[in-house]
Amino acid sequence: MIRFILTRLLRAFVTIVLVVTFAFVVLRLSGDPATIILGPEAPPEAIAAFRASWGLDQPVMVQYVQYFAAIFQGDLGMSMRDGRPAFDLVMERIPATLALTIPALFLKLALGVPAGVYAALHQGTAFDRTVMVAAVMGFAVPSFVLALGLVLVFAVNLGWLPSGGRDTVWHAILPIITLGLGGAAALARFTRSAMLEVLGQPYIRTASSKGLAWAVVVRSHALPNAAIPTVTLIGFLVGSLIAGAIVVESVFSWPGVGRLMVVAVANRDLAVVQCILLLVATTMVTSNLIVDFLYGALDPRLRHGARAAA
Amino acid sequence: MKAPLVRIKGLNVAFDGAPAVRGVDLAVHPGEALGLVGESGSGKSVTWLAALRLLPGKAAVQGRVTLDGRDLLSLPTPEMERIRGGRIGIIFQDPSSALNPVLTIRRQISEVLALHRGLSGSAIRAEAKRLLDLVGMPDAEGRLNSYPHEMSGGQNQRVMIAMALAGQPDLLVADEPTTALDVTIQAQILDLLQLIRREMGMALVLISHDLGVVAENCDRVAVMYAGRIVESGPAAALFDAPRHPYARGLIDALPTLEDTRRLAAIPGVVPDPRDMPRGCAFGPRCAHAGPECLLDSPPLRAVAPGRRLACARPDLDLTPARPTPAPHLAEVTS
Repeated sequence: MIRFILTRLLRAFVTIVLVVTFAFVVLRLSGDPATIILGPEAPPEAIAAFRASWGLDQPVMVQYVQYFAAIFQGDLGMSMRDGRPAFDLVMERIPATLALTIPALFLKLALGVPAGVYAALHQGTAFDRTVMVAAVMGFAVPSFVLALGLVLVFAVNLGWLPSGGRDTVWHAILPIITLGLGGAAALARFTRSAMLEVLGQPYIRTASSKGLAWAVVVRSHALPNAAIPTVTLIGFLVGSLIAGAIVVESVFSWPGVGRLMVVAVANRDLAVVQCILLLVATTMVTSNLIVDFLYGALDPRLRHGARAAA
Repeated sequence: MKAPLVRIKGLNVAFDGAPAVRGVDLAVHPGEALGLVGESGSGKSVTWLAALRLLPGKAAVQGRVTLDGRDLLSLPTPEMERIRGGRIGIIFQDPSSALNPVLTIRRQISEVLALHRGLSGSAIRAEAKRLLDLVGMPDAEGRLNSYPHEMSGGQNQRVMIAMALAGQPDLLVADEPTTALDVTIQAQILDLLQLIRREMGMALVLISHDLGVVAENCDRVAVMYAGRIVESGPAAALFDAPRHPYARGLIDALPTLEDTRRLAAIPGVVPDPRDMPRGCAFGPRCAHAGPECLLDSPPLRAVAPGRRLACARPDLDLTPARPTPAPHLAEVTS
């Protein structure tokens, strides 16, 4: 079991290193921060001085090694734009993002899981078809289109809710709904198919043949089995708590990590972008790690598989 | 003869308009072992799943299935649930997938004990262990905490039997209980079923495609073909002298130790339920078919005391294709 945990942790670590490396390379290939921050008309001497002061004149390999050496000392670099530590800038924005994504996560779970279970139990009924159509729409409609639609209806036409900013609780409502509906659609579809798969299994017929009421069969025999695949998707949703709101934050002018990211990318603010990506990768990998351990709790077959694999 | 425990009358089952069971009449008497034989798709499992209302909603079921005079097919759901697992237990073909993979054996047996016997706490624990002992499970105490994947197919089938017995049923329906198991384990499970039946005095319906299994373990046998019973009678008499060409064919298809000649397979395949042949469903595969066989589907009629036959040519001479019956048949008939 200890070996199992250690291999998983090592794999998680390698994943994070790969993500950070990828981000590092792509950012170095995507344009010179000096010309972007100082402007295209800046004199060559100023640009050279800027590059030297941020270490951008060094070979990429040297920059890469220095970058990693700094990370292990807890230094995630300074923002090129306002000269403050990138980590502080990102941390300031996290509460705003979580204020959207955590309620949205609960909305996804509260809508998606029951809708999926109910649709599976009533396969082929009008409710099932409605859920499936809604789920496909939730998939197909990009979040910014849904966001703009909601703004048009509830902010512009009805005037019930504000269309952007972060002044009151009311400002959070439309972004949360936008985020929640998309995820709920995916979750409903996934839960439904997991549940249908389980309901067709012979052990469900066995449970009925014992004389258990259908509600008990569903609760004690079907749901624990359907939970196993569904937890994967829930883990992914938890993992995207930080990065999942980039588009929605932009549409609603919500000052969270997502908007910071968009601005930082536009400015080639290397340290800030890298810091956000490191954070996003760590969150995603951590939540996947938790899902891996949850599998063992949910499925006794994997407890042994894990031991055998380790 | 005593009144039957379960009587099935005029049972019809269709899936999306395709008939799977076509007018089955069957009676199971208290304590008797009834064998139900036929190829896959002959409707033998569907008959009993329909009787217990375990088929999916798209199955159209008609007819009557009475237990103590009450029609199970029209019983309110809560009463039906008291009968399932309580009066009638059922075990299935593949025990490894018939048990819930994420629940312990204890949990799966305890459910029945709490539901049908009203037990709780330590009484459940003791009774679950007793049941596992009864079905010959080694280390019953330890096995209670196991999961299905930690046990062999034979052990899982023992658990299924223990679970079915937990409600102290009057009838156990065993749907191909040994088909998914190793040959060596098959005999053990069949012996166990016999032993338990004798000890508990319950009736057994043994559904199998294997005539040998049924011959050894049953008092009476009904042979099904394409959703109908084509012949029924006492096991020994039916195997000694089958009257239906299909039953004859099934017996000739059994391997024997003495006879090393090629097995006599029945030519052709079971008809598609959507496209039944005119007249007798077995007609196109029957070596003895005559013009009368094309006219009408022959009804199941009494031809001798305790024996019924559905054949338009009931007086055929069906001398065995091979001189000696299967060795286990000789044992039964002697």
